[in-house]
Amino acid sequence: MTMRARITFTKQGALRYTGHLDLHRLWERAMRRAELPIAYSQGFHPQPKISLAAALPLGFSSRAEALDVRLNEEMPLEEIANRLRENLPSDIQIVNVENVDERAPALQTQVVSAAYEVHLTEPVDGSELTRTVEALMMSESIIRERRGKSYDLRPLIEMLSVVTEADGRVWFRMTLAAREGATGRPEEVLSALGIEPETARVERTRLIFQK
Amino acid sequence: MLTPEQIETKLDRILLKVQKPGRYVGGELNATIKDWKKARTKVALIFPDVYDIGVSNVGLKVIYDQINQRDDALAERAYAPWLDMEALMRKHGIPLYALESKQPLACFDLIGFSLPYETLYTNALNVLDLAGIPVRSADRDESHPIVIAGGHSATNPEPMHAFIDAFVIGEGEEVIHEIIDKVQEFKRKRKEERSEFFHLSSFDARVALLRSLVNIPGVYVPRFYYTTYMDDGTVARIEPTIPEAPKVVNKRIVAKLPPPPTKFIVPNIDIVHNRVSVEIMRGCTRGCRFCQAGMITRPVRERSVEEVVDAAEEAVRATGFEELALLSLSSSDYTHIKELVDAISKRFEGRKLTVSLPSLRIESVSIDLMEKLKQRRSGGFTLAPEAASERMRKIINKYIPDEDIINTTREIYARGWTTVKLYFMIGHPSETLEDVQAIADLCKRVLAEGRKVAGWKVKLHAGVSTFVPKPQTPFQWVSCDTRENVLEKQALLKRELFKDKSIKLSWTKPDDTLVEAWLSRGDRKMSDVIYTAWKKGTRFDAWEEGRNFDAWMEAFAEHGLDPDFYTYRQRRTDEVFPWEHITTAVRKNFLFQDFRMSLEGQIRVDCRLNCFACGILPTFANLRRENPGEGWKCPEVKSPARKIDLELPVAGD
Repeated sequence: MTMRARITFTKQGALRYTGHLDLHRLWERAMRRAELPIAYSQGFHPQPKISLAAALPLGFSSRAEALDVRLNEEMPLEEIANRLRENLPSDIQIVNVENVDERAPALQTQVVSAAYEVHLTEPVDGSELTRTVEALMMSESIIRERRGKSYDLRPLIEMLSVVTEADGRVWFRMTLAAREGATGRPEEVLSALGIEPETARVERTRLIFQK
Repeated sequence: MLTPEQIETKLDRILLKVQKPGRYVGGELNATIKDWKKARTKVALIFPDVYDIGVSNVGLKVIYDQINQRDDALAERAYAPWLDMEALMRKHGIPLYALESKQPLACFDLIGFSLPYETLYTNALNVLDLAGIPVRSADRDESHPIVIAGGHSATNPEPMHAFIDAFVIGEGEEVIHEIIDKVQEFKRKRKEERSEFFHLSSFDARVALLRSLVNIPGVYVPRFYYTTYMDDGTVARIEPTIPEAPKVVNKRIVAKLPPPPTKFIVPNIDIVHNRVSVEIMRGCTRGCRFCQAGMITRPVRERSVEEVVDAAEEAVRATGFEELALLSLSSSDYTHIKELVDAISKRFEGRKLTVSLPSLRIESVSIDLMEKLKQRRSGGFTLAPEAASERMRKIINKYIPDEDIINTTREIYARGWTTVKLYFMIGHPSETLEDVQAIADLCKRVLAEGRKVAGWKVKLHAGVSTFVPKPQTPFQWVSCDTRENVLEKQALLKRELFKDKSIKLSWTKPDDTLVEAWLSRGDRKMSDVIYTAWKKGTRFDAWEEGRNFDAWMEAFAEHGLDPDFYTYRQRRTDEVFPWEHITTAVRKNFLFQDFRMSLEGQIRVDCRLNCFACGILPTFANLRRENPGEGWKCPEVKSPARKIDLELPVAGD
């Protein structure tokens, strides 16, 4: 019996600098090392049936990336997790392995939005920032330009809030749309707030899937 | 000195501004992370080229494993940062660090460079500078790491003598342990009040430590040698300045190849060779006269089929790589090559693994081997005739008749490969335009024959590099071909081969060949040129993006040296070479005799069949006696080697 497993994993440390295609290759190799019975596509250059949910921009860390893999044999989820744990670089941790209906639509098409936490490496004035955020969220539209095309960032921001810690440190939480053709980028939000993206550490905390 | 945490914080601010930041962060599977505080000796191993090339280097991996197997030492890695990263590191004051611990290189006890090719020299200087370590050996004191280097280009260490504290000549598997032991012994004694080293100044202590390395066979410490020159600029003598330094430093070899590394580093980004490599054999018995590797890595030692297959299995399991390369200088000469290929294809059947087997002989058996390995035919089939005229093939001692090449390539096309790659060299000694014309003619004929059996889809790729006469080879006496000649020969090839759209021609720019030639053939004086050229901005000399030819020319001018002295000059038969005090155990007499044979167009057969007394057997007689059996491929020689009737002056005589 074949199966389709969904793996939720972290991507931290050095692996923040591994891009989407390289991550795909990394998983192929990890599964080969773990000797999982991966299914391959047909044709002249068979490709392993692994699909990643949503590309994570270079430099971001993540607590919850996801991928689907199709296996030629059914295996206990715990065994999949254990085998992979022994064969992954330390900057990837397995969070969860679950069974997915094999006929469900492709993983990429199920992602609707993504949640992020943004920590700033340089001190900022919390109350002023809160006002800026409120003003931004009040605006009808935020017209920005990316790769020579202008677009409206505002509808892509589902949630944006400032958290001020007791010690005065300030960070953000945001949820941005992540549908095909409508993806909000945290660094664009930061720029819109007048914060240089280089001074921020962004972590994806959750991928939100279609119900 | 910055801490690893401070370095990481600074890195986070710049990494998104460089190409492929994954080069600079480590975190790869199979990297060895050891407790920094527990290791008595810390070694940073450096492949001074870009990460994408360096990380898959097998030589350095061997040494990395050797050191990390010790409880009292650790080895980490660093590579040359690419130009964009270098600029940002300098701007932000980030010293070069090791990938495993992010400790600055300056905090290590030993820095070990792999220098397999000469175009890495300026990068080595740059690495030291980026690490904040004085570039010149003479400017370092006890607070700095000891800088050692090995690799093929160490067979003429002189151009780098001013920067490297100690060279390892030959194979490093055993020597590295002896060096670490000596360093530990010295550091222990240095703390003992009764010892002779206790009261030394920081500078003198460093000299004393280097002096203690001189006794290790295979180790060359340049500061304990002095070179005098003749009026014409050639070397008069090279002499040790301390009694314990050997007059001639003999290379080291291992009697039996140790188990090959299997836990290869698996990078998190795409690199040049995404594969595991198993060395099946070291050395080569073919005796091609232009080939430095073939001369300096003797004797031939083979691993058993079982050992290779098991290592390949383990390496593929440990890495998940999709490609396996079976490495040697001449795969076809591996005694049990058929058995090996059978065993590999059986073991990995259905496992979606590409197996590459480089350096195959030009014969149909090679095609059978490649077919068994189910080589993807799209990749092309590579053969290296090196020359195309009878005369030239005899001169270089790589004698392959045209008919063999035509028959083999026709068969390759017939069996479904659409592309054949042929490697040639121009600039061989005494080569004329006719010899080069023969290359063009052969290429056309190969293609025409291919079309007869496989139609118009067949393609040919001719890679034509330019010969550099390398130290420690029979051609070390000859002059490089002039720039004018090389350009004329390349123009001929372009004229002849560009016409056919199915032929792809690639060649080496004359400037690149010159840089390689100066660095390979240089003497101690070259070190000033290297330093100045690097200061003027050249680095990554094997890369278009980095190399700065004008910097080299200016550097020669600044030091009053003539570049042509190193390249365009036939060496006198009694000339003392700058590398005269370094021997790879292949005797100068033997090389000279072989050179004379080349002038007469005489070839020498594979020396597995007939010993030509190159000097390996007497030098390593004891090692061989201790390791009898199948491993060594030198024939049994009963009587003492025939005395060669040529006598050449030896350094210091």
